[in-house]
Amino acid sequence: MDMQAALQGLTGGVLIGLSATWLMAALGRIAGISGIAATLVTARPQRENAWRLAFVLGIISGPLLVMLINAQTGAGLGNVAGAAGASGTSASAIIGAPAGGVALMLVAGLLVGIGTGLGSGCTSGHGVCGLARLSPRSLAATLSFLVAAVITVFIVRHVIGGE
Amino acid sequence: MKTRLTKTLAGYIAGLLFGLGLALAGMTDPARVLGFLDIAGAWDPTLMFVLGGAVVTTFIGYRLVLRGTGPLFGRYFQLPTRRELDARLLGGSALFGIGWGLSGYCPGPAIASLAAPSAPLIAMLAAMIVGWQLARRQGSH
Repeated sequence: MDMQAALQGLTGGVLIGLSATWLMAALGRIAGISGIAATLVTARPQRENAWRLAFVLGIISGPLLVMLINAQTGAGLGNVAGAAGASGTSASAIIGAPAGGVALMLVAGLLVGIGTGLGSGCTSGHGVCGLARLSPRSLAATLSFLVAAVITVFIVRHVIGGE
Repeated sequence: MKTRLTKTLAGYIAGLLFGLGLALAGMTDPARVLGFLDIAGAWDPTLMFVLGGAVVTTFIGYRLVLRGTGPLFGRYFQLPTRRELDARLLGGSALFGIGWGLSGYCPGPAIASLAAPSAPLIAMLAAMIVGWQLARRQGSH
């Protein structure tokens, strides 16, 4: 096992947990990305959305800050598989390449949007906050999307792809 | 007005912590995510550590925070109240899982990856927004 990748993963996970804790402590809200982003882009304008927009901009700022830290200090932070030792200023050490082209991403994006909309949550809302609240609904949702994702990858890579 | 600014700043800090976490964890790398989901291939356990660290931290954090009477900048804690395990929850989550397995992107990492945008990523996000609108038309709560 890649210990450094695991440690970085754990560190990143703790930061995500601190973010969820802070959002509950400050605004009394669940840190569910699909719910926050979907409300931002679909709700009527009179909804109180400034914090949601700020949250989404904050998410994009995170990797940008890591890039800045790498550029300033040469820290080499980032956990892209196979990019260990990549150039410190390179975005490719922090943001991995998409797994497919535009057509595949249109299909995938539509499924993720409809699915998280109908299922009221994604990896963060159900998988992190919901499990932390010991919510049976979130446990069921998490098992459902994990199993579906594992089966999908199996079909794509080992049935169709023949890996 | 002052409260609105404070709330906006608090939201930004939460997002920044979240984005930092995703970037350090490697969640912004579809190859790493798909490697975790590929249990029949060269399995990559990294995401277990991400999810484990996030859930345990949130579990402890919520225990401490929810003892209080309410949030710092709001009236009350807004926690989900629905209990039903219905087809909408399980079917919707399964559809999400198929999209996640095809792309390696769930919503957070897809948004965070805008730090280094590409055409497939923009397509993913645009389609996701359309998907959210379609789901909302189905009478989302």
